Parts: sequence; structure tokens; C-alpha cells
Amino acid sequence: MEKPLTQNIRPDGTPLNLAEYEKAGGYQGLRKALTQLSPGEVTQLVLESNLRGRGGAGFPTGRKWSFVPMGDDVPQPKYLVINADEMEPATFKDRLLMEGDPHQLIEGIIIAAYAVQAGIAYIFLRRAYVTARQRLKQAIEEACAKGYLGRNILGSGFNLELYLHMSAGRYICGEETALLNALEGKRAIPRSKPPFPPVVGLWGKPTAFNNVETICNVPHIIRHGPVWFKDLSRVPDGGTKIYGASGKVRRPGAWELPMGVTIREILEEHAGGMQDGLTLRALLPGGASTDMLTAENLDIPMDFNSMQEAGSRLGTGTIVVIDDRTCIVGLLANLMQFFAQESCGWCTPCREGLAWLTKILNAMEQGRGKPEDIDHLRLHTRLITLGRTFCALAPGAMEPLQSALMYFEDDFKRHIHEKSCPWRDL
Amino acid sequence: MVTIYIEGKAYKIKQGQNLLQACLGLGFDLPYFCWHPALGSVGACRQCAVKRFKDENDTRGEIVMACMTPADDGTRISINDPEAVQFRASVIEWLMINHPHDCPVCDEGGECHLQDMTVMTGHNYRHSRFPKRTHRNQDLGPFINHEMNRCIQCYRCVRFYRDYAGGSDLNALASHDHVYFGRFQSGPLESEFSGNLVEICPTGVFTDKSLKSHFTRKWDLQTAPSVCVHCGLGCNTIPGERYDELRRIRNRYHHQVNGYFLCDRGRYGYEFVNSTQRIRHPLRQAGSREEAKLMMETEALELAAAMLADPGKVIGIGSPRAFLESNFALRALVGPERFHAGLSDSDFKCLGTGCNILQRGPVPAATLQGVALADAAFVLGEDVTQTAPLMALNLRQMRYGKSVRIVSDFQVPEWHDAGVREIGQLQSPALFNATPYPTRLDDEAMRTVYAAPHDLVRLGFAVLAALDASVFPMPDVNDAMQALANEIAQALLKAERPLLVAGTGCGNPALIEAAANMAWYLGRKGSAAAFALCVPECNSLGLRLMGGLDLNSAFQAIDEGRADTVVILENDLYRRADAQAVDAMLQKARNIIVIDHQQTATSEKAHLVLPAATFAEATGTLINNEGRAQRGYAVMPPKGAVRAGWRWLQMLMKAAGHAGASSWLRLENLTADLVKDMPVFQPVAGLDPKPAMPTPGGKLPRQSHRYTGRTAMHADIDVSEPKPPADEDAPLAFSMEGYDGRPPAGLISRVWAPGWNSEQSLNKFQSEIGGPLRGGDPGRRLIEPPASDDIRYFAMPEQEILPGADEYLLVPIHHIFGSEELSMASPGVARQAPQPYLALRPEDAPVGDGEQVRLLVSGKSLVLPLKLLPGMPERTAGLPDGLPGVPKMVLPAVVKILGKGSIEK
Amino acid sequence: MLSEQEKKEIEVVAGHYPIKRAAGIEALKIVQKHRGWISDEVLSHVADALEMSPTDLDAVATFYNFIFRRPVGRHVILVCNSVSCWIMGYDTIVSYLKDRLGIGFGETTGDGRFTLLPNVCLGACDRAPVMMIDDQLYVNLDAEKIDKILGSYD
Ligand SMILES: Cc1cc2nc3c(=O)[nH]c(=O)nc-3n(C[C@H](O)[C@H](O)[C@H](O)COP(=O)(O)O)c2cc1C
Ligand code: SF4
Ligand code: FES
Repeated sequence: MEKPLTQNIRPDGTPLNLAEYEKAGGYQGLRKALTQLSPGEVTQLVLESNLRGRGGAGFPTGRKWSFVPMGDDVPQPKYLVINADEMEPATFKDRLLMEGDPHQLIEGIIIAAYAVQAGIAYIFLRRAYVTARQRLKQAIEEACAKGYLGRNILGSGFNLELYLHMSAGRYICGEETALLNALEGKRAIPRSKPPFPPVVGLWGKPTAFNNVETICNVPHIIRHGPVWFKDLSRVPDGGTKIYGASGKVRRPGAWELPMGVTIREILEEHAGGMQDGLTLRALLPGGASTDMLTAENLDIPMDFNSMQEAGSRLGTGTIVVIDDRTCIVGLLANLMQFFAQESCGWCTPCREGLAWLTKILNAMEQGRGKPEDIDHLRLHTRLITLGRTFCALAPGAMEPLQSALMYFEDDFKRHIHEKSCPWRDL
Repeated sequence: MVTIYIEGKAYKIKQGQNLLQACLGLGFDLPYFCWHPALGSVGACRQCAVKRFKDENDTRGEIVMACMTPADDGTRISINDPEAVQFRASVIEWLMINHPHDCPVCDEGGECHLQDMTVMTGHNYRHSRFPKRTHRNQDLGPFINHEMNRCIQCYRCVRFYRDYAGGSDLNALASHDHVYFGRFQSGPLESEFSGNLVEICPTGVFTDKSLKSHFTRKWDLQTAPSVCVHCGLGCNTIPGERYDELRRIRNRYHHQVNGYFLCDRGRYGYEFVNSTQRIRHPLRQAGSREEAKLMMETEALELAAAMLADPGKVIGIGSPRAFLESNFALRALVGPERFHAGLSDSDFKCLGTGCNILQRGPVPAATLQGVALADAAFVLGEDVTQTAPLMALNLRQMRYGKSVRIVSDFQVPEWHDAGVREIGQLQSPALFNATPYPTRLDDEAMRTVYAAPHDLVRLGFAVLAALDASVFPMPDVNDAMQALANEIAQALLKAERPLLVAGTGCGNPALIEAAANMAWYLGRKGSAAAFALCVPECNSLGLRLMGGLDLNSAFQAIDEGRADTVVILENDLYRRADAQAVDAMLQKARNIIVIDHQQTATSEKAHLVLPAATFAEATGTLINNEGRAQRGYAVMPPKGAVRAGWRWLQMLMKAAGHAGASSWLRLENLTADLVKDMPVFQPVAGLDPKPAMPTPGGKLPRQSHRYTGRTAMHADIDVSEPKPPADEDAPLAFSMEGYDGRPPAGLISRVWAPGWNSEQSLNKFQSEIGGPLRGGDPGRRLIEPPASDDIRYFAMPEQEILPGADEYLLVPIHHIFGSEELSMASPGVARQAPQPYLALRPEDAPVGDGEQVRLLVSGKSLVLPLKLLPGMPERTAGLPDGLPGVPKMVLPAVVKILGKGSIEK
Repeated sequence: MLSEQEKKEIEVVAGHYPIKRAAGIEALKIVQKHRGWISDEVLSHVADALEMSPTDLDAVATFYNFIFRRPVGRHVILVCNSVSCWIMGYDTIVSYLKDRLGIGFGETTGDGRFTLLPNVCLGACDRAPVMMIDDQLYVNLDAEKIDKILGSYD
């Protein structure tokens, strides 16, 4: 089984330096792109590879790049922004890539920037990733020294400045337009679309925008071609995916697997199954903002389309396992608290609605729930949907709630009737 | 025109709107918070949700925000769709979770957009049972009260304050449901436009602190359409009165003049009306106020008749802060050949030049609305923020105009505020600001330059030479100035709507001439060039158009004994001329009659003082800086002996035996004679709109239909309800009786519509949202210049006042709070005014900041604390204009400045 | 006043953006690195250096959660309170920490050693429960480990 993204990552997690990376075949994709391919051809290869964004929404990467206006008369400079914010709870895949093989990301960035002809690139990195920051900084310096960054890269005439920008915290910064505002030194409030970032992005200039994992695929696609990339996958969406599992499984962790493996395969073969004496009751398949699935859904392949058909989303592909001794209502109170606190405060349903839901869920968990509370929870899941809020944060917060109400309504009722949490002393 | 369908019915509407605008424009009630016609859409509150359908077969539809959705041809929406209705009700419920429900003690109550929208959506039961979030409030200075717990986070305050008005000391702080709108620390808001927060905020977070000190609900205020008297722009206002006291000023929308906004001088300067310095009775004085004796009106008129017995010896001095009609009546009393304008020497000259330019043409005077639409502007010599504040606010919108043009390339509609600002964020508008000292508009300008007035004149002529060297000779300027001139010329040539701004601020008419030259030249080249003239006072232009002699000739007439009696109308001469000259005249004159509403240094020396009405108690006409005649109506009847200036003059004429005046029983009789005598004022004759509906006595009520206490408010005097005072001069009555529907545009005393108690009801008064009022905007322009090709350009003046080796050129520095006479009677305005000072650049300073310096001007001396002002041009000193404690001087002038040591000597 | 070192570092990051004020957060982080937290006075100085108003800088400073606008101890403990850590025993870890330190969230120990703050997911969910002290991540926490870790800070 080929594992292009993690093949270089050592068991102890120490990163490859430039020479080691080059020895492993690194920067050959870049060389090929810059010396043999036109920017349009690079985009075309990525388009053909069926690479879909790994940041959560799954938008085809090649399509996204093709929206960036090209030619001499478009506004300059153009930008490439890499989303390395990774603040979705239970997600830790980008960290693995940045800490273990920083040059892979840098190579991908240079190729992507070349494809859209961006002159300046930023990596927007979350504050807590201190190790990733040190390693990326080191790698950027090496790449600069070697001429992979800067002016006239590999004699191609292409120039690129790459900056590492550390976030100051806030989940909303992961939302791409909020991230642009954060980069501009403003409050990280999302922007309304249209205009879309490829046309009006950072500083009002055309801006391509991708997740770390997405970009790490790019050098391999260029080196080995789109057919090879598609063949890595078990489904039409190309490539491998970094899946993860946390919660009370035997071996929590992250693994690079073909796109489209089943949940069961991930949890049983790689995560080692549940800890002794526990059974799986539910799971969040792709981070905190995805609909819960249950033990009945274990044979569903983890890819964009299959997850959608099952009523959830692939999201970030990192699974939270919920065992039978964990209280679903308590877990939702925890999730809702997170989303309410991370709301940027711009639009009403999110700012006020999530705070109210948090209070309701906390009251329930503490035995102060009222029968009508369930109606309020359910009503909110119908009120707060995409398009009614300004961005996807609040609708994302509704996903675990609405699925929990569907699968586990009794848990909520018991909290109310028993006036305490039945799982408290289990 | 495009067709949209609402509830299945077709409507034709103007293209390029969003659905919210379209619905409101069609008269639908659709609730909203974050949208504002002047601020555009950002989609934050989610209150304006409607259902949109793909086509006639689509029954599911989707919820969209009306303010963020273009009203494209064929769009189908439903406002009444149950899902949309439910969502809107939920938005209000969310907003009200933390709202304190303190309407009974909230100053906004009764004109609160949040109240209106809550009722409109039908939300009436709070489901949340949890404690509310609370905030601590800040002290934001004398104008604005802060009560954050009422906030619904619509973000309008910061969008106005920062994005629209350029302020930087108010912002959104914190995040999620802790968002707080305030300052870094407590302290007075710095923007000159902070008062607009009162109207922009849809609830009671930002309220009017001056109103709070004598609070009255909107419906209990007696109101009338009025015009601001605190600068020359003529912003339209709605003052409110209760118990004979003026209680607040609100914006009165005028599409072409002030739009939705006012400056803080205009909003808060009104308290002179209630001031203890008011003159309320005729007074007989023997040259000083201490010996003043109250007189009966008849006695006063007898005394006046005696003083005016020899008509050949009577001169009159008019006023730029008095109504056109009052000035005309004075001119009629003394005769045109003995009528003096009552302007400072430099204002007289500058305004004369300005009037001449406006009348000769061919370029029209810019409206304020036109200022905002300029795509290049050159401000020559004027500190616009301080002398014509709303013009500065409109110049700040040039940025937006420019973005809009960029926006057409990006397919982002003009109303998409956030999109427009993102695209334009790193660009500066082509605004060039050339002034004698740093100004508050500099942050917005592409280039700024600070130079002495005569150097600014050179810059103006250098730009002209750069425009066309074959028409204008190049003055002698240095390379930097030359480069700047070229850049400005290029920007002006490229623009479709270039704007030239100049005014009386520097006291140098050549600046106005240079600006006019540029406007004329560009206009003749085919662009829609405009010329904006800044004038100091509310009727400066009207007075100057009336002709009259200058003030010096009045001094001479008395001095030479050609006259011995002077009638001074609403004017403190000590603000106009050198104190010595005024003293000399007032000492020598045998009879001094002053008609004014405020005690001034001049009224103190009068022999007879007659109590004039303020703008709040009288009806009359003011001519603004663009030559627009606007009528302001009395808000309350004058009390006791107080009379409109022109009424006193009419009575004086009668007492003195003048024939003509006997017919002037009403304002309209007088204006009829005015336009007959001076055809330039012809449009004034038709200024009063006629109410469309028959109403008692043909008049509209000044009191709302909810006015309370009418039978009780005077019960301590008389239990029977008094007959409302008559008003001969206005088509308005001091009463709540009568038609309270939509009045003609010029007679809007308050905005209100069923279900819309806040000023947002304005939507119901406009012919299109954010456009002209229904029936056309009020007021009439006196001057539309002839389209002539025969332009005689002004030449650059030869003479320059230049400081000698150890001298400085003294120039006036203007202050929005401090430089204007009447507004300084408001305690809040006085608090925001600076203390007297002399400004120098640090390099030229003989002593440190705050230390005393002595200036010597033509033999006289004056001691002031020094203020270091980096950016002041070399060998130029600044003196605050009109500030109490700073004597009037003829500026610019050459002065000597001495440091500490010489003061002690 | 800002130190020369701080000014220099701010100048460098400001150069990464088309306008100075875009570096607001970066600049605050630089100063926070040297001083632990951002006082009103320091915030005003940074605003001056970036040619922006203190209010505008505070608007961003208070938006993000890694800018401390109140004094903190010598070491800041960030305990992950997100979902995986919550499942894996966050409650126990936090009560233990609070007991050991004798403080609640948002408080600083009397000796000025530690400030305790909750924090959203630290991205180490496979090794939950976790916390971070200053820049150091600690994983798979239990009472014993916490004792040892705390003991290693002065
Ligand atoms: C509230 C919110 C938080 C997000 N956080 C992240 C994140 O931390 N990392 C990320 O890559 N994408 C995140 N996204 C998704 C991004 O907006 C964006 O779709 C993605 O980064 C695009 O990259 P891709 O096309 O390579 O997937 C978030 C979206 C939302 C609505
Ligand atoms: S955002 Fe729109 S959606 Fe909201 S009210 Fe404001 S106007 Fe509307
Ligand atoms: S949930 Fe704690 S590290 Fe992720």
C-alpha cells in the first residue's frame, strides 16, 4: 500500500531536513512543474487527479485554482494562503504532516503558487502548534537558501515569497474568509461571498486557498501523474487520506489509508477496537461539526460521497469514538460550549442561538432541564442551517446536535425526568 | 427597470437594488437592523430573511437575506412565507435574549427601531429562562450616552463611525456573545460626527446626552422643519421643543444636502436658545449692561423712533447669522446706500469673490451629494472638517465612489458594503488636501501639503499651469511643489467628476480664484467639474448676495460724522473687526440700537437692545454655500417681547414713519417685496410648500398626534386650556390638531409611519430608498450659472504678505467646537473646545509646549500659551479663529513672537 | 515604552504585509513574549508603532484568545477542554489541577507561578487528555504526571 503523504515520516516524528527530503525524491515534482509544465498544465493535472480539498468541504482543488484570474492584466500581487489552523476539535492530521515532513508542504506550496501565479504565500498556522512552527521555519530557511523560494526559482523566472503567520487563536480563523481578515490584521469575521477569494481575496487581490493536507498531495500528483493518484483510492475521489481516531479505543492515532476505507477498518484494524469493557455507541466521523453515526454505520466507506449519503460528512476524517459510558448530552454540552465560545459574534443566530443552546444543554446535564427544552433544541437545528447564518460555523454546530436528537432522544428525556445525568457515576 | 414577484404579484422596480431596498421601496414592511441606506448591506443581523423561489414551479424555495440578494429581473420571493416569518421571529427572539427590556427608562423608547421590529415580527414571549449578560458602560464625553446592555450587535455604530466617518476610537471589542462596542478606555468620542450614533443605533445604546438633561419622548416634542445655523452648509434639521425649551436637534433628510447625517456642532450647538445669556426684553442702557432698564415694547418703540428721527444719519449693520428677511428689512429701514454687510474684511472680500464666481459660471456649485460622488478632488486652503464639517464627511465617501467603479469589474453590486470595501481597501481616493496646517481629513487624502496661504495660491496656479501651460503661466515654485502640481493636474484631468474646494478659511480670495480657474478650465474641457465654496455662517452667502457696504465704511461714516445712529442686527462686531475700531465707533455713535437674541460685547454697549427670536422661534430663509435658499420654521412661539428680527425692524420702520413696512404683517408680504427689489432672490417667493390635504386653517400640526399633557402642562397658570398661539408666517400650527399624514417634503416636522416610530420611517417618505423625498427635495437654488464659453480667468495676484526675517505669518486655525459663536453656549460644545493658544511648528518654537509666548501685531501685544503643531509650515503661526479669549485680528498678518524672557520683562 | 529589541522585531513582521497595521496581532505577540501580558499602556505604544489607534488594536487584541489583556503568572497552563479530552477524563484532570494549585480558571497562584486557563482542542487528541504549559505540550495526563510536571517549573 502506497503512502505518499507519510512515507517519509519517521516513527519518532523527527522531520527530514532538506538534503534528506531531496534524497527521498523531494523537490522533483517542483522541478518538473517549473521546468516542464505551464501553470495551466499544472492546474490541469490536479484537476484530472480528482483531488478534493481536505479542509472539510471537499471542493475539487483544480477547479478552485482555475477560478483565479490569469494573465498580465489581472490585479497583482496574487496570493496563496495555506490553512494550517486545524482547530476542529479532535483533528490532528495537519500537525502530523507539518511536524513530520515540512518540506513536502513547502514543495506543494511552491507548485500551487506557480499554478495560480501567486507571488506571495502565507501559511496560517495555529498558535498551539509550536513544534510545527519551529520545523516549518527551519525548512523555509533551508528552502530559501537553496533557491526553492525567492526570486527566479530554478531559473524559471517564477518568484515566490513565503511567510509563516501564527494565529492568535479562534476556531473561526479556519473559515477561509475569516482567515483572510485575520491575515490582514483585522477581527476574524467571515466575509460574504460573492466576491469569492480567488477573485477578491487577501487585500482585495486574487487568492488561492488550501488546506495543508490538500497541498501535500500536489508534489506527488505532479511527479507520478493523475492516473497513479486516482489509483491510490478505492473511490472516484483521488488519493489517500489521513484518517484518525480518538476516544476510548485501544490505539488512538492517525493513519494514511486509501480514500474510501470503511469506518470499521479504521477503528478495528488500525485503532485496535474499543478499550476493554466498552462498546461503541456512536461516533463523529470527521470532527466536531459532523453528524453522529452509530454502530450500524460501521461499514460505510469514509469518502466524501458515501458519508454524505449516510447523512453525515467526511469532514476532516478524524473520528471521535463515543463509548457507552460517555454521556451524549454531556458531550453535546461540551461541543456546543466550544462552538458558542468560538462564534465570531457577527451574525445573530450563531452569536445568540449557540449561547442559548449551551445554557440549555448545561442545564440538562446538571439536572435542571425542562421538557420543552428538547423542542427548543430541535427547533434550533431547523432554524440554523446553511444560508441562514453568515458562515458554516453555526450550521456545523447543529450537525452533532440534530443527529443526537435523532438517535438518542431518550438520553435527553432521561436527563430531564431523572433530574440528573444518568451517566454521572458510571 | 426589472420585474420582481412578491407573493406572486409582479412589480416593476429600478435595476441594481437589493431585495430589502426593493421591498421597502415598494412599501412592504420587512424588518432589518444591520442594513442602512447610507451604509449598505453586510448581512450580519439576519433579520431581513425572505423566501426566494427559483421559478413559478418551485414551491420549496430557500431562505435568503433580502439585503444581500440582488433584486434581479424575474426574482420571486415571499415575505409572508411561514418559514420566513418564523425565522424572522426567531432572530428577534435571539436578539432579545439579553436585551434588558428597560423601555420605560430608556431614552430611545417611543422611537426605537428595535421596539418597532419586535412588534413587526410578532415576538412577544421570552422562552429563554437564563440570566442575561451584562456589560459595563463607558463615559463617552458630553454628547453621547452609552448603555451597552441594550445592544443587539447590529454593528451599525462602528460601520458608521469607522467606515463611513473615518473615526478610529470606537470599535467592536471581544467576540462571540461578549461583543462590546466602545473605546479602548472611557473618554470623549473624537469624531466630529459622533452624534449620528444616536440615530444610527437602532436601540438605546447610544443616546443623546444633551437631551438626557431635559428629557422628553419623541411624541411629546413640538417639532418643525428647520435649517442648521452653525455653519454655511445649511443642513436640514428637526429641532424639538417642550415647555418653551429646545431639547434636541435631529437630522432632517435632504438627498442633496446633508443626507442622513449632521455634525456634532449642528446637533449639539442648540443650547444658546435656552441660554441665560438670552435677551428677553427691550432694554434701555446708557452704554453698559449694569445700568440696563427693562422697557415696555411701546416705550422701546418710542425711544427708537426718536433715535431714528433723522433717516439720513442712520446706518444699519446686517448679519450673516440672521435670516435673509431680517437683513432685507434692515436694508429697507436704512436704505441700500447705508446698509453694511456686517462681515469681517476678509469674509467680505472672499464672499464677494465667491458670489461673483458662482454667478458668472459656467461651473455649478457642488451639492454635498455631488461632493461624495467626485472622482478627484483638490481642497485648496480650507480645513473642511472644521469649517464645513458635512462636506468633509462627504469627501470621505469619495473612497467608496472609487471602489464602486472598481466594483463594476468584479460584479459586486454597489450596496454590497463589505465587498466594495475589501476591493478598495488599499487604495486612497484621488483627494488632494492642501492646507495651512495639518487637518483631520489628511488621513483620507492621497496627498497632503501644508503651506502658508500665499504658497497655496502658488500651488493652485502651478496646477493650472500643469493643466495647460498655454493658458496659464507657471508661477515660481520649487521642484517638490511642481511635482505635486503635476500629479494633481493629472488626477483632475483624468476624472469625470473633478471637484475643486476652496473657501473663506484662510481669508485669501486668490485661493478661491485659483480653484474657480481650475473648475472652469476642467468644465470647459468637458468633464462634469464642480466647485464647492466653503462659507463660514448660515447666511453668509445670502447676506453677501444682498450687496451692502463693508464694515470699515460704517466705521468711517460714524467717525466722519456722516452718520450718528447705528442699527446692529444679530451681530457681535467684536467678532468681525479689530476691537479698537469697534470701540471707536461705538463710543462715537450717539444712538446704538442692537437687535439680537444673545448678550454680546456689542449689545452691552448699545443704548437700546431689542430681543430677537432665534431660529427656533422664527420662520425665515437662509442661503447656504451652494446658493440654495432654504426655509426654516419656528419650532416654538416666541415668548413675551421676543420677536423675529425682521418684525422688530418692521415695527421700527412703522414707528419711524416709513411707509413701505406697514404691509409686512406676515413673512410672505415681506418676501414678496424682497424678490421684487432683488431679483436674484426670486426663488425665495415660492419656498413654502402647500399642504396637499385640506387642514384646519390650511396648516399642518407641529405636535404629534400622540402629544400628551396639552391640557395639564399650563395648569399651574390656568386650568382652562389656552388657545394655541397663532402663527402668521408658516403653514404650520402650534397645535396637535390636523392632518398627520405625509406632508409635502419641505414641511416634514417629524418622520413617523404606522408601525415605524423611529427615524427609519424615513423609508416611507422617500421616492426611492436613499433617494429624493417624495415630491422633490425642499429648497431652491438661486444660482444656476449660465453655460458660457466666455471665461475670463483670474490672474495670480502680485501682492503677498511675507514675514520678515524675525517675523511670522499669522493664520487662523478653525475649530468645529470653539470657532463658532452660538454653539459655544452649549456646555458640551464648550467642553470640547480648546483653550486659547498659539500654534508653531516645533522647529520654530522659542519656548516649550504650553509655555507662554507674546505676540506683537502692529504695535499691540497678546500673551498666549504655545502649542507645538508638527507640520505647521515654516515661519507660520496659527491662532484659533473666533475662540473666546482670542481677540479678533485681521488675518493673515505679520507678527513677531517673543519667548519667555521677554514676557517677564 | 517598547524596548529597542521589541521595536526591531515589530518592524520586521510589519514588513511582511502591505500595511503596518496588519501586523497588529504579530506585534502584540512579540511584546507578550517579552512581558507576559499586554497592559493598556503597552497596547498604546504598540498602536503608535503601527500607526493605528489603540481602540483599533484592542479590537483585534480582545478578539483573539492568545493575547492576554490581564496579568498572568510566570507560566500559563492551557488545559484542553474539547471533546476528545473531555471523553478521556478532562473533568478529573481539571479538578486535580485546581486543587493542587488552589485556583480556578482565569486565576493566578499567589506566588505568581501559574495561571490556569481552559483552551480549545490542542490537536493532540490521540494522546488525550492534554495540556500545554507555555510552549510545551503534555499528553496522556494523570495525577501523578501532573505533579511531576508542575514540579519542574519555577
Ligand atoms: C468554522 C470553520 C472552521 C474551519 N476550520 C478549518 C481548519 O481549521 N482548517 C482547514 O483546513 N479548513 C477549515 N475550514 C474549511 C475552510 O474554510 C476551507 O474550506 C478549506 O480550508 C479549503 O481548503 P481545501 O479546499 O484544501 O479543503 C473551516 C471551515 C469553517 C466553516
Ligand atoms: S443583515 Fe441583512 S440580513 Fe440582516 S438585516 Fe441586516 S439587513 Fe438584513
Ligand atoms: S480534544 Fe483535546 S487535544 Fe483534541
